[in-house]
Amino acid sequence: MQVFRYSQAHTVDAAVQNAARSGGAFIAGGTTLVDLMKLNVLQPQSVVDINGLPLDRIETLPNGGLRIGALVRNSDLASNQTVQQQYAVLSQALLSGASPQLRNMATTGGNLLQKTRCYYYRDTNYPCNKRQPGSGCAALDGFNRIHAVLGGSDHCVATHPSDMAVAMMALEATVHTRGSKGERTIALDEFYLVPGSTPDRENLLLPGELITHVTLPALASGTRSVYLKLRDRAQYEFALASSAVVINVSGGAVQRARIAFGGVGTKPWRSREAENALEGQPATSETFHRAAEAAMAGAKPLKYNAFKIELAKRALIRTLTETTQSA
Amino acid sequence: MDQPKNPLLDTQEADTGKKPTTDQEREPTLGRFSRRSFLAQLGAAGVAATASPLAHATETEAPEKESPPRVPGAVPVTLNINGKEYRVRLEPRVTLLDALRDHLQLFGTKKGCDHGQCGACTVHVNGRRVNSCLSFAIMHQGDKITTIEGLAQNGQLSPVQQAFLDHDGFQCGYCTPGQIMSATALLHEPIGPDDNAVRAAMSGNICRCGAYNNIVAAVQQARARKTA
Repeated sequence: MQVFRYSQAHTVDAAVQNAARSGGAFIAGGTTLVDLMKLNVLQPQSVVDINGLPLDRIETLPNGGLRIGALVRNSDLASNQTVQQQYAVLSQALLSGASPQLRNMATTGGNLLQKTRCYYYRDTNYPCNKRQPGSGCAALDGFNRIHAVLGGSDHCVATHPSDMAVAMMALEATVHTRGSKGERTIALDEFYLVPGSTPDRENLLLPGELITHVTLPALASGTRSVYLKLRDRAQYEFALASSAVVINVSGGAVQRARIAFGGVGTKPWRSREAENALEGQPATSETFHRAAEAAMAGAKPLKYNAFKIELAKRALIRTLTETTQSA
Repeated sequence: MDQPKNPLLDTQEADTGKKPTTDQEREPTLGRFSRRSFLAQLGAAGVAATASPLAHATETEAPEKESPPRVPGAVPVTLNINGKEYRVRLEPRVTLLDALRDHLQLFGTKKGCDHGQCGACTVHVNGRRVNSCLSFAIMHQGDKITTIEGLAQNGQLSPVQQAFLDHDGFQCGYCTPGQIMSATALLHEPIGPDDNAVRAAMSGNICRCGAYNNIVAAVQQARARKTA
């Protein structure tokens, strides 16, 4: 691991100023950063410890929504009563990710910024446009079973690994940040970037800009939500395909649906195609199959990951069936 | 026989009112000349013969007032481990795991993958289980750290330690400290009652010998006796 300058920040302003000045990385749980620093994939010259910042609370908002501090640990968010009762999809997604030890460390802000598990990104012996822009992509012609079928480019096909972010996509979360130019509010759907020709740019954060909170809107009564994660092991494995559904059904018809996928996209993948195929339609198996086809219509398989397309369709159909069965 | 003294290590008793555990008490069967002390002496000789690899260490903002560093880039760090205060000089890039093993001579916590995947390094920070390999030691000043060495009280094994013995919850034993630290934390976590819930809750600890069935039985015994 390269040496770095370490400092602790006790206010958000100090953290942002310090990181902007030093070109530093923020550290909270450390579960991604320390891992990748050991591999020399990330080599920050400066590390700003933000664990002392007052961003560790979960608060109900006056409008009924939820405000989640960036330092709230994954395990605490998953076991929060409000989250379990009103945003079940989020609790389920969090508990499907990583291990209990890692969930005790990993934070809300850090999870949104988790780095891909692409083998070639993690191994500095291989070219990787995300790690070293312009060096090429070893995954395109490599072993690409875990890679993306949606949102990829000729430069990068790495998947985003987060489960939490997929649930937050379906919940239409908003990211709140503080940077040297002040505060910003960004819809999570717009926060992430597809790789295009600049896969090293994964989101809209500017250097030194810090995620301070995530907010979730209130959900209409009767909303049901669920997260289903399909993977090579029963526990402690990244998704090959996952599906997050947030849905309202009334009188046998889908009133409102928010659909997102994990494990198949270069970012947590919201599918407006699936939502459009569902809303206003009868909550039947035929509708769900049409939504699944619509969601994956633009999918582009690589040599080893074509199975993900069918897997994602079945994940969506199963979660839709589960959430629309009469209680 | 005494462990070789670490010149960078300054141990102070916290106000726990307890006597420090001696090495004889901790490892009663190892005798006067233990494998550990032998290996430690070899290691010290190896360090003495090697030039410092830290010539390019950068300046670091220390949380405490600095005295002249003895290792370039190292800063004073105070850690509270098993109720004892340890004062040591560490580079910021030293993980909590490496601080325990390489600087504080607490060898019970094991290094497996060093990337948060195997769980061998599991310790408790403020009562919660974490992977000590994925955290820098300097980030844990003021935290209460518990390692496998801190579970037994007054020579009595903890209920989870006893359960692992009762159920033969190990083979080679390398993963066992991490398994026991995970299982101990699990007793206070919101998980379901059945074996599958235990398996899920223990999924962050890999056992290459495959002692999983006995580990689940041990955890269930400890849970049953806790609620009994």
